[in-house]
Amino acid sequence: MVPPMTIPAAATFSGTDLACLRGGRVVFAGLGFSLESGGALVLLGPNGSGKSSLLRVMAGLLRPAHGVLAWDGEPVGENPEGHNARTHYLGHHDAVKPVLTVAENLRFWAHLHDSHAGRAGLAVETALDRFGLSHLAAIPGKMLSAGQKRRTNLARLLAAPSPLWLLDEPTTALDKASIKALEAVLAEHRAQGGMVVLSTHADIDLPGATEMHLDEFAVAEEFP
Amino acid sequence: MNRFLEVVRRDLRLALRQGSDSVMVVTFFVLTVVLFPFGIGPEVNVLERVSAGVLMVTALLASMLSLDRLFQADYEDGSLELLVLTPTPLGVVVAAKILAHWLTTGLPLMVAAPVLAVLLHMQPEGFATLLAAMALGTPILSLIGGIGAALVLGARRGGVLLSLLILPLYVPVLIFGVGAIDAAVQGMSAKPHLLILSGILVAALVLAPWASAAALRQALE
Repeated sequence: MVPPMTIPAAATFSGTDLACLRGGRVVFAGLGFSLESGGALVLLGPNGSGKSSLLRVMAGLLRPAHGVLAWDGEPVGENPEGHNARTHYLGHHDAVKPVLTVAENLRFWAHLHDSHAGRAGLAVETALDRFGLSHLAAIPGKMLSAGQKRRTNLARLLAAPSPLWLLDEPTTALDKASIKALEAVLAEHRAQGGMVVLSTHADIDLPGATEMHLDEFAVAEEFP
Repeated sequence: MNRFLEVVRRDLRLALRQGSDSVMVVTFFVLTVVLFPFGIGPEVNVLERVSAGVLMVTALLASMLSLDRLFQADYEDGSLELLVLTPTPLGVVVAAKILAHWLTTGLPLMVAAPVLAVLLHMQPEGFATLLAAMALGTPILSLIGGIGAALVLGARRGGVLLSLLILPLYVPVLIFGVGAIDAAVQGMSAKPHLLILSGILVAALVLAPWASAAALRQALE
């Protein structure tokens, strides 16, 4: 079971008129979205269309060049720590320390996200179990394969509950069984009122998800 | 506060398991100091005259050795992004990392310094002041160094760039640290020098973590 979390019955995460600049180039502009509790948003588009940039903007790692991100109508930029507390971001790197064991890696991130240590301790076990990592709990990170590292990173989502999950190509390096496990976890999270935004090139089963094609928000380059 | 200790504990655990950094820093410190008697000859009064300066300059270079690893490893494996995204102000996380850095490099340097002072024939009157100057000075080195380490993050040849950025900022620590020891050896009061060092430490404690945090955010954009 996914640990229960305390989120308001209905929350809205939305962005209006977002634009993102990378290295002097406009990656996307005029982008808007709105996500309700239980909703999912799938970001599609060719390489370089700004899927990762949008996820980083949503996480607060990148400041949007224009536009506002809001949680229940309150701009996210006004309370970044509050936004961090309700968000899990999963990027391209797995943040697994080679000299720490799988359980130690996970426990550190869980405690850091949610400092109620006792609760996180139990959640860590459950999270390892859900992603089939229980037998690897005492193995140091340097021994893991790419897929096992990715699963350790994914287990963070369950080890410390948060309503908003931002996943940048979560299926990279995962085998079919693990993708199934991830799909089940995503479905449970949404059933409990959580939100998911993910970018992907692979097929991932997310019933009722809204699709967003990032290339529609590209800005034509102007050549003088 | 919980999260602060959590980060300190993790960085100490990483340092202990990887082992190399503290040992490398102290070995560098000892070897470099030992080179001086070979270079300038074994005359007691010459060595005694330069002992304070040699110890402080060498400690400063040694503490810089490990600085470029302060954020680099976390930056490369993606941990830094997650550290930035914790529900704690980034300055607190950075302060915790800097404390762990000081515990694994500054503290061993401080312990090694009196032993090397004997080797350089420093007057015994200077020992207590040497320890005090190191206790106040090495945390400043870690704090200021943290800003530099954050600024050069992602740059190629960051280590060299880091020295160019940080060494000029270490000059006040050097001046007042050596000043304090010299004063004590000559029978004068070291207090004014130590008070100024304390002042610099307090200012660095307040400002450096936030400056490093701002630089880290910049590096991740």
